[in-house]
Parts: sequence; structure tokens; C-alpha cells
Amino acid sequence: MADAVAKQPRVPRPRTGGSTRRLPYLLIAPAGLLMLGFIAYPMLSVLYYSLQNYNVTKPWRNGFAGLDNFTRIFTDDPQFWDTLAFSGRWVVTEVLLQLVLGLALALLVNQTFIGRGIARALVFSPWAVSGVLTTTIWMLLYNPSTGISRYLADAGIGSYGTSVLSDPDTVFWAAVLAELWRGVPFFAILILADLQSIPKDLYEAASVDGAGRARQFFHITLPHLKDAIILSTLLRGVWEFNNVDLLYTLTGGGPAGQTTTLPLYVANTGIDGHDFGYAAALTTVAFVILLFCSILYLRLSKFGGDNK
Amino acid sequence: MTTALAEKGLAPAPAAAPDADRRGKRGRGLDDGVPRRQIYLPLALYLLFTLIPFYWMLLFALRPAGSTSLVPWPMTGEHFAKVWNERSFGTFFQNSMIVGVSSLVMTTVVALAGGYALARFDFRIKKGFMLALLASQFIPGALMLVPLFEIFKNLQMINSLGSVVIAETVFQLPLSMILISGFIRNVPVSLEEQAWVDGCGRFRAFCAVVLPLLRPGLIAVGSFAFVHSWNHFLFALMFLSSQDKQTIPVGLNTLIGADSVDLGALAAGGVIAAVPVVIVFAFIQKWLITGFSAGAVKG
Repeated sequence: MADAVAKQPRVPRPRTGGSTRRLPYLLIAPAGLLMLGFIAYPMLSVLYYSLQNYNVTKPWRNGFAGLDNFTRIFTDDPQFWDTLAFSGRWVVTEVLLQLVLGLALALLVNQTFIGRGIARALVFSPWAVSGVLTTTIWMLLYNPSTGISRYLADAGIGSYGTSVLSDPDTVFWAAVLAELWRGVPFFAILILADLQSIPKDLYEAASVDGAGRARQFFHITLPHLKDAIILSTLLRGVWEFNNVDLLYTLTGGGPAGQTTTLPLYVANTGIDGHDFGYAAALTTVAFVILLFCSILYLRLSKFGGDNK
Repeated sequence: MTTALAEKGLAPAPAAAPDADRRGKRGRGLDDGVPRRQIYLPLALYLLFTLIPFYWMLLFALRPAGSTSLVPWPMTGEHFAKVWNERSFGTFFQNSMIVGVSSLVMTTVVALAGGYALARFDFRIKKGFMLALLASQFIPGALMLVPLFEIFKNLQMINSLGSVVIAETVFQLPLSMILISGFIRNVPVSLEEQAWVDGCGRFRAFCAVVLPLLRPGLIAVGSFAFVHSWNHFLFALMFLSSQDKQTIPVGLNTLIGADSVDLGALAAGGVIAAVPVVIVFAFIQKWLITGFSAGAVKG
């Protein structure tokens, strides 16, 4: 691809050359074309279908629908609001708990102690585990007859036959715990990486001035980590909103729709319900909500603001 | 966002970071005067939380069906044999490998080209392109299933592994490209210019000077791509219909959803799913931390 450029002899700054003006476009072309074809085009088709009645099972109604789908979402679909509320609750709970535990874990394994290398590798390992594998593992743990609860009951804690996944009171926290297990390492890894870029002499100066560990944490560590924390919580929040693997396989959105997130609802509407027009409208709304919340979050948290 | 992050200043040279850190910490650091008990006790608790689930899976995979023992002894390979042969995990494993390695190669090569352009050139659509990369992070892959399905149907790629490879690559690309351009920006341009003066073209200079220095970053990005597509579930579930084309996560889901779940087989399938990513992880976990401090957080 770059052969034409490579032939040019002795160019101190090749970027001013005539043919190199096209080089950056050539370089981003593969990525750009892939994204146009498989992200932008499907996105546009979602927008188009959101204005249509398009249901494979009711072809006689197919056609232009105007804003009907959107009106239906906001005025006549309690399930939209339920699943949106659950998504919000799920994202906030997960991101907050993952951040707090991840930060604590990063500070912990940033200390010097014997066995640190192996300890880091072990506590970070669930990072690489998939949603389906997490479900596999926690299904084994939560199994009412052979899971942890049976052995706890043997030891006199709780009762036999406890099924946390089919009880509406416990299913939320059971799912939260499973997702925490694999989600905390993400934050721990990112924060640990950023901790290592804090100049050590800042701490030395602080302790010479008599600042205790708590004050060092709040005046040096936390301000330094601010941008990394904002960025990682944002990325994770979007990811937790969009990712359906774990809930789809662990609870299937149940019991009784209790753990159905908005994307799961959209998938059910579009794939099982064949109501693609309406699913497309839901997708559009979800995307706008997500984008709006993200921008708001970046603004409110003053990301990139220089207050170190 | 990028510039704001870049203002954070130069991170330590990637490869040197962990060792320098270890020695530096001996002085007065955050850990100054922390009693060992305050480290080992919470660490032990967290290790239990991390490891018991893994142990539980191994236990079920290794002990005979019907056993309630808490140690996997006597050990049996029956569950593995069953899952690998009768439940076609052998085939699934092969398919997952093909998908994982192909996405790794495609993502890394395409992202490297694009990342280089973003790091080293100013061109007219650069700002817009960066914005598109960032905005694409907000698009729910799960919500694109139906339109993507239609596209692959038109391309006659339904039920071919290629559809999954393309879908995984496309959704991995934006972040990978941002990461790689961050890594490339960390390599001083002057090194490249030196090579140009010595008579190298841009491509040769890149291969000889920049590429070797990108190793930690490429390892990080490549392993993300592999782990991500090895783990990903929905695309494979939707685009691959026949059993001989399915991947490990889809196979696991079939075991999970069976009417009477065979826990031994499920656990053995889980172990098979875990082995490759655990190996990759063990190999990269040190690079992961330094890789992030050099590229990701600074954008």
C-alpha cells in the first residue's frame, strides 16, 4: 500500500510530498470502509425502519408510519419505562460498586508485598472471562441442590433448596454479584496503570509536610486519577448498558421480566416478536438516551478540566 | 478528550515501568508504614471471592457425576470426554479459534494502518473521523443484530464464520485504533525522521523503527481482540445457524438452556472455554498494566 511512498528517496519530511497527501486517506480507508458498511449503514437502516411499520408477521400493515412508533414508545408502552428503569438501576449499581471495589483493589495491589505478582494475576483473572462463562460458573454456584447454598445449609446457614435466581427478591443482587465478579478487574487494571504514573516525590513531599495517608489519598491520588476514573466509568457504563450476554443467559430477563434491560427488550421485540419497525424506534431512542447521558456526564464531571 | 488526556504528561517508558516502580516503592510511597496485616487480610478475602467460583467449576468438571465431595478426588475425565465428543465442543473449539485468530489479525492490521494515520498526519476529515470512532462506542452491538443479519444475508455470509469475524473486527476497531494511535504518538517522530534521512521510505522506517517499539501496545490490542471475539456470544448466536459452525459460548448457552442441565458437562465446557483466555491473560497481564498507562488512559 505504501510502496509508492517507500520508493521516494531521501525525503526529510515526506508528508509534504504530493503523493503523501493521499497517504492518510489510504491508511484509514480499510477501517473507514468497514465502519461505513457495518456500523453506519446498519445505523441508518435502523433510523429508516424506525419510521416504518415493518413486521414480518403482519406484512399488510407495512409502510410509512411517521412518528407513530415513537409516540407509542412514550405514551403507550409501560414495558419501555420498566426496562429503561431497570437498565438505569443496573448500570448505576454495577458501575458504582465496580469502581469502589476496583479502586480499593488497585490501591491494595499497588503496595509492596511478597507475592504481589501472583496476587495481581489472580485477582485480575476474571477480566478475561466472558458473560456466558460467568453465567456457567455462577449457575453452578447458585444451583439450589448442589450449589453453595446446600453446603451453607449443611453448616447451618440459610435453608436447603434456596434458589436465588428464581426468587424476585434476590435475583437482582444475585446477578449483580456475578457481574461484579468479572467487572471489578477492569477498573482495578485501569486504575493501577494510572497509579503508576503518579510521581513518587509528591508523596515524599507530602509526608515530609506531615500529611497522613488519608490526606495523601484525597489530595494526591484521587485528583490524579480523576480523568482515568471519569473515562473508565463512562466506558463501563455504556458497556454495562449495552451488554446483554450475562443477563440473557443467567436470568433470561426473568423471573417475570424483573431483569429485562432495554437492549434485551429491544432484542426480544425485534427478533422474537418480528416487530422490526418498533424495535428500530426503540434502538434509536436508546442510542439518543445513551449519547445524551454520556455528554451530560462528561460536562458535569468536568472531564479534562485542570484541577490537579 | 485526546489532548486533555495527553496533557497528563509523559508516562514512564512502557517496558521499564514495573521494575522501576518496584524499586521506587521501597522509599516513601503510599505504602509507607502500612502494616502487612492490612494488606494480606483484605487481599485474602478478595482472593476467596475471585477463586472460589473458579474452584467450583473445576470441582464439578473433575469429580464424578453424583458426587458431593468438596475435593475433586477421585478425579475423572468423563465430563470432558463427553462434552468434547458428544456435545461437539471439539468442533466449537476449532471454530472459536478460527474466529479469534482471524479477528486478532484483521483488527491489528487495520487498526495499525488507521492509527498511524491518526497519529502522524493532519488531514481534513481527521476530526470527524475521530468523532465517529468515539461515537461508535455508544452504539449497542446487540441492537444492530437485525440490520447486520440482513446485510450478511444479502452478502450470503449467514452461517459462515466470516460474518462473525467481520462483525467482531468492526466493533473492536474504533477502540483499537484510538489505543494504537496513542502508542504511536508516544514514539518520537524524530526517530522516524532519522531513518528517512538515512534513506528509508516511510514504510521501511515504520517497520524498522516504530514497529518494534509498539510491541507492548500491539500485544495489548491483539489480545483484547482475541479475548473479545473468543468470548462474544450474540453475533455467533445470530449469524451461525448450523451446529458445525457454532462457537464455544453458543455451545455453553445450549448446555445452560438444556431441560435438565448436566452440571458436570456444563462445568467441563466452561473449563474448555476458559483455558485459552486464561493462557492469553497470564501471558499479557503485565503488559496490560503498562500498556494501559502508556496508551489507553492518555488516549
